[in-house]
Amino acid sequence: MESKISISNLNFYYGKEQALHDITLEIPERQVVAFIGPSGCGKSTFLRTLNRMNDTIPIAKADGTVLIDGKDIYAPNTDVVALRRKVGMVFQKSNPFPKSIFENIAYGIRINRMYENKADLEQKVGKALHDAALWDEVKDRLNTSAFGLSGGQQQRLCIARALAVQPEVILMDEPASALDPIATQKIEELIVELKKQYTIVIVTHNMQQAARVSDRTAFFMLGKLVEYNATQKMFTNPDERLTEDYITGRFG
Amino acid sequence: MSNKESLHRRRKIVSSLTTTITAVCAFFAIAVLLIILSYIFVRGIASINLQFLVDTPKPVGEGGGIGNAIVGSVLMTLLACVIGLPIGIGAGVYLAEFGENLFGKTVRFLADTLIGVPSIIVGIFIYTLVVLPMGRQSGLAGGLALAIIMIPIVARTTEEMIRLVPDSMREAALALGAPQWRVTWNIVLPAASTGITTGAMLAIARISGETAPLLFTALNSRFYNYFYDQPMASLTVQIYNYATGPFDVEHKMAWAATLILITLILAINILVRFLTRKRF
Amino acid sequence: MAQTGTIGDKVFRTILVITAAIILLIMVTMVFIMVWNALPTIKSFGLSFLIGREWKPADSIFGALPFIYGTIVSSVLALIIAVPISLGIAVFLVEQAPKKIATPVGFMVELLAAIPSVVYGLWGIFVLAPFVRDYLGVFLEKYFGWLPFFQGRLTGIGMLTGGIILALMITPIITAVVRDILEVVPTQQREAALALGATKWETTQIVLGNAASGIAGAVILGLGRALGETMAITMVIGNSPQISASLFEPAYTIASVLAANFADATDEFYLSALIEMGLVLFLVTFVVNAFAKLLVARVGKRMHA
Repeated sequence: MESKISISNLNFYYGKEQALHDITLEIPERQVVAFIGPSGCGKSTFLRTLNRMNDTIPIAKADGTVLIDGKDIYAPNTDVVALRRKVGMVFQKSNPFPKSIFENIAYGIRINRMYENKADLEQKVGKALHDAALWDEVKDRLNTSAFGLSGGQQQRLCIARALAVQPEVILMDEPASALDPIATQKIEELIVELKKQYTIVIVTHNMQQAARVSDRTAFFMLGKLVEYNATQKMFTNPDERLTEDYITGRFG
Repeated sequence: MSNKESLHRRRKIVSSLTTTITAVCAFFAIAVLLIILSYIFVRGIASINLQFLVDTPKPVGEGGGIGNAIVGSVLMTLLACVIGLPIGIGAGVYLAEFGENLFGKTVRFLADTLIGVPSIIVGIFIYTLVVLPMGRQSGLAGGLALAIIMIPIVARTTEEMIRLVPDSMREAALALGAPQWRVTWNIVLPAASTGITTGAMLAIARISGETAPLLFTALNSRFYNYFYDQPMASLTVQIYNYATGPFDVEHKMAWAATLILITLILAINILVRFLTRKRF
Repeated sequence: MAQTGTIGDKVFRTILVITAAIILLIMVTMVFIMVWNALPTIKSFGLSFLIGREWKPADSIFGALPFIYGTIVSSVLALIIAVPISLGIAVFLVEQAPKKIATPVGFMVELLAAIPSVVYGLWGIFVLAPFVRDYLGVFLEKYFGWLPFFQGRLTGIGMLTGGIILALMITPIITAVVRDILEVVPTQQREAALALGATKWETTQIVLGNAASGIAGAVILGLGRALGETMAITMVIGNSPQISASLFEPAYTIASVLAANFADATDEFYLSALIEMGLVLFLVTFVVNAFAKLLVARVGKRMHA
């Protein structure tokens, strides 16, 4: 199996505080990898190192290598803008722009000039909405504000917006944590569907969710990677005692 | 493909260009500040001496100073504080602690509106309310005009500062059986005192720079005057008169008086900044 | 003990209500007194007061149009100059500059707002006006002299200098409000744009889009300030009641005619005319400020929701 992302000896600091310790991990292409662990364990921080979203925090500093398709994204000549187009992200709280549904999706296509003409743009917006399983619900109100959608729809809109710029990797930071069970189920079905085309990394605090959607799971604690295994094995017969304690709910 | 790369490059160039432009805007503002301050300093410092600080205005050619204007400004600012601070702070406490009813909302809206009323209008108001019935301009009218400018500013900053006091502090005191007024007086006000003080200081800095509301309320005076029922000189009106006068020697005195005024105002602003530093 | 508590509470509360009521009283009295004192001219001239172009107090001819024109044009000119600069500064402080730079720079911009109007006026007369006369005006005349705005006698005292001085004065005010609004735009909006591969400027555009109505409010707030500014503009605008397309020509604003003439207005009719103009200014700034507050408050509410 080919690695899409290959992380080795990654350390990460907020000022003097070390948030990630010596992480080494391979993320295979077109699979879903879930990061689990108690809150504050560094799983979200780790996720945000994969598209250098942490760059926005002035005191943050990373060392080690993160290779995506064999290229080190922390190399000095890295084009962060291009990187983030390739590595899309969906956030914990849905964050549509204060624009219409259509314009939300069109935004990334527009800034990257990824369309020939108006019809092409409409076609691409439509495809993104289809892929995010949102088309049927919004096709009649594309020009209304995105804020008029329900929480679950807004989150799928954000997924569609990320898909529209044709990324290769999608990072999801607890994408369903603010949603009700039905909306959550839709997101989960979508994730399973999307992995046919994309490499997906998902942070979740919900272990059942990790078990349902992911192929591989990484368990973090206190900024360290405790165990990384096939999800199946992780939830039935983990290698580490600590993992078992966490999964069986002895702490967390 | 090269098309894509050139688009990509263009986007990045536009981005760094706009960053540069915004930096230039900020630099421009700082430059204006420094230019104004250095003009005031260079032109003002030459004419400042003890004589200038204690003298009254004299006919051109005989020297003259701003002694009476300083006294007048101090007296009117003092009067404004005596009237404006208790009312402003009282209203602020009311708005923060009880102000969620219709009356409170109305007062809050009106206070905000009053802050936006041009200060010259306040001058007209006091002119018709005080000067016309009294038959003459006076330090009292000037002080009242400044008080009206001060009240809504103090009220709104006081309200904001009191709102920053955590509810848990109030509840702790109330739980001990303290009556509401004691809680407010002994717990909430002291907790908000730094903020209220700095708000008051900024209001004082603001009114000590006011000219328009004094023009036809306090008018001006060429003499030392310690009585509120008489027209009173002020630093700002004196600056205006000197600046718009025809003689160079007057202009020099305008710059010198401005240096005194601006030093005071900057000192207050910097002090306030220092006192509230932890909030930033 | 409980008894003193309730009595104390009542007294305390009454005192506070009175202080708050004073603000209400001030505003109500202000409106009433100004309307009352303006009645003579309101009755005699009606609407023609506002559209009359002639101002001859000695002959009891009162047309306020030149002052209204001067007030509006100088304020609009100020906005044209101040708005882009203020937006630039605010974006620099919130979106671009590291905190170490943004804090002192922001403070220095705030200090600009602390400089009294009369001081801007003094500087305007002796520094800015000569600069406009000798450099800026000459430049504009040379390259844009074909426009009616930049023709005529260039003395440095006039509409252009007035507009620039107002612009300098309202820049820190607009900047402060825009800055507060940009700061409450949720970080998630910036991250959403960045995650799609947006550049810094494209991200900033998203942030500005979020803040649009608040920015409009800030601009209108700046307009309100410019309309009512008195001393500085009185000192540099030339105080001549005329309507001229040229920005080099002197003009007059409502606030400056009040500042320059009110103390001399002994005749009751003249006083009434001036007070009516004050009333117009009062009402206009009232509406403008209320509208601006509404826009700014609405953004704040949406962001915190």
